[in-house]
Amino acid sequence: MTDIEYNLESEEPELAFEAEGLSVEPITQWDLFSARLRRHRLAMFSALFLGLLVVLVLIAPLLPLHPPTERLLDESGRSLVNIAPRPGLWFGTDELGRDVLSRIIYGGRASLIVGLTAGILVALFGTLVGSLAGYYPGSVDQALMRFTDLWLGLPLLPVAIVVGRILPEIAFLPGWLKQGPFGIALLIGFLSWGSLARIVRAEFLSLREKEFVEAARAAGAADKRIVFRHILPNAMSPIIVTTTLVVGSAIIIEAALSFLGFGVPPPTPTWGGMVSEGGRLAARGFWWELVFSGAALVATVLAINFFGDGLRDALDPTQTIERK
Amino acid sequence: MTDATSAYQQHIGEAAALPENVMLRVNHLVKEFPITRGVFFKKQVGAVQAVSDISFEIRKGETLGLVGESGCGKSTTARCVLRLLEPTGGDVYFRTGEDDHIVNIATADKDTLREIRREMQIVFQDPYASLNPMMTVASIVAEPLVVHDVGTKEERLERVKELLQVVGLSPEHANRYPHEFSGGQRQRIGVARALALNPSFMVLDEPVSALDVSIQAQVLNLMQDLQEELGLTYLFIAHDLSVVRHISDRVAVMYLGKIAELADRDALYEEPMHPYTHALLSAVPIPDPDIEAKRSRILLEGDIPSPANPPSGCRFHTRCPKAQEGVCDVDVPELRELEPDHWVACHFPEVKKVF
Amino acid sequence: MSEALLKVEDLRTYFATEEGVVRAVDGISFEMRRGERRGVVGESGSGKSVTAMSIMGLIEPPAGDIVTGRIVFDGQNLLELSEDEMQSIRGGRIAMIFQDPMTALNPVYTIGDQLMETIVLHQKVSKAEAREIAIQALRDVQIPNAEHRLNDYPHQFSGGMRQRVMIAMGLSCSPDLLIADEPTTALDVTTQAQIMDLMLHLAEDRGTAVMLITHDLGVVAGFCDTVQVMYAGGIVESGTIDDIYHNPQHPYTWGLLGSMTRLDDATQHRLHSISGAPPSLIKLPEGCRFRPRCQFATDICRQVLPVLRPVGNAGQMAACHRSEELDLKALSVDGEVGAAASEVTS
Repeated sequence: MTDIEYNLESEEPELAFEAEGLSVEPITQWDLFSARLRRHRLAMFSALFLGLLVVLVLIAPLLPLHPPTERLLDESGRSLVNIAPRPGLWFGTDELGRDVLSRIIYGGRASLIVGLTAGILVALFGTLVGSLAGYYPGSVDQALMRFTDLWLGLPLLPVAIVVGRILPEIAFLPGWLKQGPFGIALLIGFLSWGSLARIVRAEFLSLREKEFVEAARAAGAADKRIVFRHILPNAMSPIIVTTTLVVGSAIIIEAALSFLGFGVPPPTPTWGGMVSEGGRLAARGFWWELVFSGAALVATVLAINFFGDGLRDALDPTQTIERK
Repeated sequence: MTDATSAYQQHIGEAAALPENVMLRVNHLVKEFPITRGVFFKKQVGAVQAVSDISFEIRKGETLGLVGESGCGKSTTARCVLRLLEPTGGDVYFRTGEDDHIVNIATADKDTLREIRREMQIVFQDPYASLNPMMTVASIVAEPLVVHDVGTKEERLERVKELLQVVGLSPEHANRYPHEFSGGQRQRIGVARALALNPSFMVLDEPVSALDVSIQAQVLNLMQDLQEELGLTYLFIAHDLSVVRHISDRVAVMYLGKIAELADRDALYEEPMHPYTHALLSAVPIPDPDIEAKRSRILLEGDIPSPANPPSGCRFHTRCPKAQEGVCDVDVPELRELEPDHWVACHFPEVKKVF
Repeated sequence: MSEALLKVEDLRTYFATEEGVVRAVDGISFEMRRGERRGVVGESGSGKSVTAMSIMGLIEPPAGDIVTGRIVFDGQNLLELSEDEMQSIRGGRIAMIFQDPMTALNPVYTIGDQLMETIVLHQKVSKAEAREIAIQALRDVQIPNAEHRLNDYPHQFSGGMRQRVMIAMGLSCSPDLLIADEPTTALDVTTQAQIMDLMLHLAEDRGTAVMLITHDLGVVAGFCDTVQVMYAGGIVESGTIDDIYHNPQHPYTWGLLGSMTRLDDATQHRLHSISGAPPSLIKLPEGCRFRPRCQFATDICRQVLPVLRPVGNAGQMAACHRSEELDLKALSVDGEVGAAASEVTS
């Protein structure tokens, strides 16, 4: 910063800016976004972790792993049941002699599919319902919100259990929906959008009264532009936070359903199923399946939440980045 | 409207006869907000008449100051004029620039309205709430251009830079976000946005109320310079009577949804006739201890009544030191021209110098 | 002259934030006599409210901290008192009213409950007596129907009436000092006139000293005896209202007066605006804090922080290196300022 002489004749605003310590270097929005995200160490670490996990899960068949459902035998043909972690079998084996490490990696597939699919579903549906209700007050709002209240009143687990029991019985449904992670994800997603819809509605109600929205209207902007350019971007942070929470909780709900016997059916591994099975084994002293699958579950859920936090902050331009 | 031929109405005449020098005319403007009860089935149980049958005109190139205390309907009036709120009744005639024809904003269809928005803009009170925090200054200022599909992207950016310079900001700051600016600078950004489409008429809704004194002066000077250079017409809404005197050519005083007095600036301040104007002016402190020591204030009794349930007759009669029973609480006083261009809605007007 | 009622010496109140240390109040000293009505004037961020909070003992560590200084009230250094002792002074001998009475009143208790609580806390009276005192306090602030309104809740009062209740509460224990932090900023101008008139009469009748914190030089002119003008955490000028309004010695005071619109000013001249904006309290400029915005600044202003020292009329103080050589009074704020200014600087 240079020293500037001040007098009445030079009331030039740039000089006033300099005096306030603002540089005049242009900077792009992407720079700002990535700088803010990079500053969020935990979020960056979480993103790295999640990225590795996804890659690992996708290339699992290429890895030197035992198939997740193979019952391992030793040289003499005896089955390797409940083997503690040791070189070669780093995470040990379960009560049927299957490689826990391999099952965790393959199990990640189901859990991630459940979490992400449910998350996307909730984000889309919750945002759609919430924004319609919030932007069109009156009868649209009333109808949608009563519907949402009804939905919110449904107890998630019991309904999931009942529907999970009925679904496979319905003949005309495709197989991937009846059984397996997608069906579970759809079920969890459709039962969880209510709270996001309420949050989005509240955001829309308050944002649509903001002066900057009025300013856009005064400029002649149409509803579409007002919603997508002015209201939605400002409602992003609760949407992101709620969605990441849903991703985490969907993985856990799938685990609970597996525990109760209504999740993805065996022998397909899922983290939830492994945790419940591991719990039984741990009671007999075979701790490893519980510990490793539990760790994978907790670490992933935490990483998703941290990443969501980071993403929210990075999208918020008021998070200051030092510019000099 | 019942009393469709009030004196003021006759004075300003019909739309077709909008005199050459008149930019905008408001006729019998009414704005009601419904009061509803019930959670599931909303039922209208009444209405708040925020603006209650007011008429005024704004001449080309002038600044009309609209003053009053909170709840008097001044901001609602401004929003009805721009049709940011739907008026319940009345007309707003506006002379458009290009072909000089007259449009009734209150009844205009969507497309006409969109076209007219090029010519009338607004600057808001709160420089923190009026700029979208997620948008850069460039996209904020360019928004009216984008909406009206003006120019290419490059041309718009050029225009943005030009506008920033006009309002006293540096073009290099186009890439920044609103929160990086101080209140005064943000207000300049709001002004730049309003200027983007070269409007002829601007509503300034308390544009300096949220700013510190030294910054107020910067923005007021800017508004005056712009008016001079660009020949703008202003409707200046404020509660601060000193600011209004500084910037306006004519001033209208509002009380509970009605115009109490409307006159040239100096007439209104030096020879006010309505008792409410007297009280209002006498309440404004003057930054000079000698003058303050000599002043005696007209202190009003009580508070402003609720607009949901306005007093009968003259709306000011419950607090008016001159109110007479049987007259003021019964008859609604009409806005009458007591001196040339000096309109007062009072049964017992009296010139009184109050400072 | 008897001892000062309040004596603030080298008060420094800092706040720790993520971005750095905010020096909200940075080395201010002033005195108030008994019965004095003092205006503390400044723009947002000038430190005027933090000064009041510091006196009231409302600065809460770890966020904020009074780093140095003494606040001597009636011979007692308030900063050395325990929280209990401070509690009995707060609301008793020093009372405070705030800008927004709605947030200062608890919405779930009646006005009477809240008034009587203050009274019982600071005076040894029975509940019935407290009720009588409360009714009288409401009558004093001209609330009609005081006996009945005692049973009302804050939301049943208008903004102006609520501020009256706050004043009643503040004055119910006959304090020696009333600190009013922007008491009328949220109110309409006619209500402001009512409240200021009320405060003036009550303070005069009871001999209560009032510290009126405001950004409005107009309100001060009609209410106060003395003024201190604050800028970026420091006092830049103090004196009687006459000194400050008619013979300002600091360019900031002078500029502030020149940038005000006046009700009695029929001309529509360009206002004298102070360019730029106040500095960040984290990174204060070297030397004089007003220097980056001051049209009269020279080398010394860049290097040395000016101290508050006697200049101008007797009792007047200003923190400017150039007060003597600048004849601010002679520089009209509208006319030939530019020319006059350059003449002085050359």
